[in-house]
Amino acid sequence: MSSADLGGRDFGPVAPNPDEPMFHAEWEKRVLGMVVALGAAGQWNLDQSRSARESLPEDQYVSIPYYHIWLEAVEALMRDRGMITDDEMDKGHACVPPVPVARTLSAADVPAALAKGGPVDRPATSEPVFAVGARVRTMAILPGTHTRLPRYAADKVGEITAVHGHHVFPDSNAVGAGEAPTWLYKVAFVARDLFADGHPDDRVSLDLWEPYLSDV
Amino acid sequence: MPHDHSHMTEIEARVRALESLLTEKGYIDPAAVDAIVQTYETEIGPRNGAHVVAKAWTDADYADWLARDATAAIHSLGYMSRQGEHMAACFNTAETHHLVVCTLCSCYPWSVLGLPPTWYKSPPYRARAVRDPRGVLAEFGVTLPEGTGVEVHDSTAEMRYLVIPQRPPGTDGWTEDALMDLVTRDSMIGTGLAVSPEAAG
Repeated sequence: MSSADLGGRDFGPVAPNPDEPMFHAEWEKRVLGMVVALGAAGQWNLDQSRSARESLPEDQYVSIPYYHIWLEAVEALMRDRGMITDDEMDKGHACVPPVPVARTLSAADVPAALAKGGPVDRPATSEPVFAVGARVRTMAILPGTHTRLPRYAADKVGEITAVHGHHVFPDSNAVGAGEAPTWLYKVAFVARDLFADGHPDDRVSLDLWEPYLSDV
Repeated sequence: MPHDHSHMTEIEARVRALESLLTEKGYIDPAAVDAIVQTYETEIGPRNGAHVVAKAWTDADYADWLARDATAAIHSLGYMSRQGEHMAACFNTAETHHLVVCTLCSCYPWSVLGLPPTWYKSPPYRARAVRDPRGVLAEFGVTLPEGTGVEVHDSTAEMRYLVIPQRPPGTDGWTEDALMDLVTRDSMIGTGLAVSPEAAG
């Protein structure tokens, strides 16, 4: 069960602060930079990274600063892969040799690495099952592992409004079972079909992969 | 800021120790960390998105391209970087106001808006934007005209959404550069509107 699936719940007012700085402390900058830089090591993929963040205990996930969530998750990912050990964290220096990594990002390579990003579209190997205008129902039971179908949109009927492309399937990629690319759709729901108190004029759209959907 | 440990918070010390360990093990180069931070502090921010919006307001062909293929239209202006690989533009109209959220994490179009503000990543916004978008908009001081529907986009996949706010009245003949100053970050998330010429002074 994901600690990150917050849609439809209530955590009080938003309280935006228009004068908020980009970073609140130096450590936030370093966490952002380290997490982005560590992507070059090739030890985990995007979905494994998300899965690690949402696997934190819920009371912790909803109460600590966002870059602290990143810190906890990236440490967990590195411990799981033997890149760092608890002993090393305690002592503050290396105790075991590093594991081989794909690459150490250099400062000179930063512009190219950021520009390249990580596209997730993959060549199509099938035709999309659903066309724009089709009515679809989302799956009712969420898997216990990483998924990108929020609970509030489970077992609901919506309409396909776009076929985005053939994209990596997070549910598979997050558990190391391969990218298993499949069709990604935009699905629009009438707000009242998701929430009893939804406004009659409103809609909520989600981007959902073909395995989440079935004919109505 | 003093950098001796006695003045550091626990997390500051922990992050510093981690960076030192990762550097020692050869997993990261601190100069690359510096370069990443500096890029987001100085180069990649909401001015990129404001450029896209102002161009769409002044160039009908560009607006059409943006509507059909936002990824290519945005990349053509040089805004091509991580968390902007797959883009979609949502044009606000009198009928529909678009609002972007990521209920599952904090997906945000970094390439055109920079790093997300804290409220965008925090539980209150992520929880309520889908269920009570009008209540959330009110907290941002936005009240929609009667008859305008809200479409909330929950960024559940790798598509990143840029809202194209409505061009404020009274800006006929304005240049792209002048229009950019009316385009706020929040107006491109959907929690705000473009600034009126009167309010912009």
